[in-house]
Amino acid sequence: MALTGIEIYKFLPKTNCKKCGFPTCLAFAMKVSQKGVDITVCPDLSPEAKEALEAAGRPPIRLVTIGGDKRKIEVGNEVVMFRHEKTFYHPTGLMVRIKDSAPAEAIAKVAGEVAGYSVERVGMELALDGLALENESKDAATFVACVEAVKSKADLPLVLMSSDPAAMGAALEKAADGKPLIYAATKDNWDKMAELALKHGCPLAVHEAAGLGELAQLVEQINGAGIEDIVIDPGAHGFAQSLATLTQLRRLALKKSFRPLGYPIITFPGESSDTVEAEAVLAAQHVAKYAGIVVLDHFSPSMAYPLLTLRLNIYTDPQKPIQLTPKIYEIGAPKPDSPVCVTTNFSLTYFSIAGELESSGYPSWLLVADTEGLSVLTAWAAGKFDAEKIAKTVKDFNIAESISHRSLIIPGRVAVLRGELEEELPDWKIMVGPPEAMDIGGYLKKMWSA
Amino acid sequence: MPEVEVPLEKWTGKVNEVRLGGNGRQAVVVGGEATFPFLQFEGAIPNRPAVAIEVLDVQPTGWPSQLAAAWGNVLADPALWAKKAAEYGADIIALRLKSAHPEEGDTGAEEAKKTVDKVLAAMDLPLIVLGPEVAEKDNIVLVAASEAARGQRIALGNCEEKNYRTIGAACIADGHVAIAKTPIEINLAKQLNILLCDLGVSPESILMDPTTGALGYGLEYTYSVMERLRLACLTGDGMTSMPMICTVGEESWRQKESKSDIEVPATWGELEQRALIWEEMTASTLLNAGADIVVLRHPKTVEAIKATIDKLMG
Ligand code: SF4
Repeated sequence: MALTGIEIYKFLPKTNCKKCGFPTCLAFAMKVSQKGVDITVCPDLSPEAKEALEAAGRPPIRLVTIGGDKRKIEVGNEVVMFRHEKTFYHPTGLMVRIKDSAPAEAIAKVAGEVAGYSVERVGMELALDGLALENESKDAATFVACVEAVKSKADLPLVLMSSDPAAMGAALEKAADGKPLIYAATKDNWDKMAELALKHGCPLAVHEAAGLGELAQLVEQINGAGIEDIVIDPGAHGFAQSLATLTQLRRLALKKSFRPLGYPIITFPGESSDTVEAEAVLAAQHVAKYAGIVVLDHFSPSMAYPLLTLRLNIYTDPQKPIQLTPKIYEIGAPKPDSPVCVTTNFSLTYFSIAGELESSGYPSWLLVADTEGLSVLTAWAAGKFDAEKIAKTVKDFNIAESISHRSLIIPGRVAVLRGELEEELPDWKIMVGPPEAMDIGGYLKKMWSA
Repeated sequence: MPEVEVPLEKWTGKVNEVRLGGNGRQAVVVGGEATFPFLQFEGAIPNRPAVAIEVLDVQPTGWPSQLAAAWGNVLADPALWAKKAAEYGADIIALRLKSAHPEEGDTGAEEAKKTVDKVLAAMDLPLIVLGPEVAEKDNIVLVAASEAARGQRIALGNCEEKNYRTIGAACIADGHVAIAKTPIEINLAKQLNILLCDLGVSPESILMDPTTGALGYGLEYTYSVMERLRLACLTGDGMTSMPMICTVGEESWRQKESKSDIEVPATWGELEQRALIWEEMTASTLLNAGADIVVLRHPKTVEAIKATIDKLMG
């Protein structure tokens, strides 16, 4: 978190000795806050002040990396409670749990499916982020075998789950190069787990369900052992408790700069769900409300796809709406005599019109012009959605090649463009659609005959 | 043991409480929250969010087969449908007068009155009546619905900038609640509330519909506008303190993800579960953003969301 000049000033010697080249300590502090000069230029800064400044400059929620060089995820380092205040930066890692007591074929199958799963949405490939391997058998050899089986099937970040430091140590011998998350240090085993985390350079999850005070105390002990890459598990179960606890944790980190709990949070929504749907809905809540990693107990494309879509929605920067790639979008299975509509590449405009066309019963060609992500009226006002641009879109994407007619439906809000467009596209019949997307179905019913 | 002091926000505002029904019908009160959704550790949440089931006055066309099959024969008769919806656990019935749409039959005041009478007689839950979303026709059928339901405190939607005067006046005359719908924009939402209040509608007789984007179809815009509206309310802005209603079922079920089993990627997974999760996830996410009423379509979603609300209320 960037400090203000005044905050930095508080840590300076306040002697105005000018050795830094600035007339006063305050002037120097201002320049430091603008990153114009490094704090170490002041020769009289005490070591304590230096450390305090460094600590104050740290992000309120630590950024933690899980995974090796090839595939890794970063979680944490969030700075707001609500996405509209800025944005949520690091999308919740979505992982799937595998228990080592499951039959070998089942383990290999799930690992392969999760690793191979990816789905496209608005031009982006969405995928799951990793696997959590649980030592349910309580047997070290079984755990190691599971780790090896999974590694041969999936090159994904891992969470290794065991309360037994011996089993964890054995598994880490095989998997440490992938920098898995060690789950978990508890008040009974924390010193041994901390040793393993240090030895292998892996992040460590800290699990304590007795209360946030107890969790904070355990984290501080582990900090004392020299470990900073921590993920916390407050053991919050169910909808109400996890919402309250995760909100409290986010607030403590952001509003109180409470260091011992300023870490990403891991949750297991399946543990308190009776059905797969309920697990998906609780996982969705954790994605929106403050989890860094969510470990699922089930995997199926029909639950993964909505969940990945939700994560994409929540973690989209509100200041930078997703822009659609300008091109021809096929809604339904359009034929040569299907309607052609043109719109902008602002995602919300696209989604409303695409949704209406989808439900209208008229498969259609939707031409998306490059308006730099602006909506119809804004783009028109900014000169990015004028007759020339629309004509260029029609020609560049060569829609004429796919259709047997020459009718183009333009948004009702830019009805004024009709005349100019008729000049730009002399072979075309320009039709003015309704001003609201929701009326497109009725409009087509009345007006469309190819 | 060490205690951690959790920061509590000192909110100065709270959501208005709005009552629907009563007077012989069951009553449902929504709103009244003095904090963000379900954060009981911080403030009072006197009423649970309500689940409404949408009922159309015409047999729906183009509904995905699993949705139509879940209701079966009652889809042909709004009164039977509403009765069934009450059995399936609805807190409120949301009757959509779709047949009044110029493209769907262009029915008028007379038919609207009959349908409302029939539905009110078929069950004793509070009623929401929604027009076909064509301003002129909304005026005609909603005024008829208002008269038919005089004294039963139904909610009438939608009031938009174009027609808020007519619907607002009907609500004042017949003791109903106005639903103010605006297109995912905080200032427009506030402005419409001000206009309605200036007209004489009491703030306790207004619900806001911020316009629902389904999962993958603008959900994040609705989500953030709702969080901003609720934040404004809790920090003391009375003109954003109306309970919020979201038309989740309608928006979810018309997306391709809820309808198509053919010509979609295999990675979308099995249709039946995907479509249910789509509606449930849209609903639960908006409940967490502050929805006080969610209007749903599938009976299984109703069951799941009611269970979710139970858990969230603790
Ligand atoms: S060198 Fe340090 S103490 Fe001297 S003026 Fe600069 S900031 Fe102040």
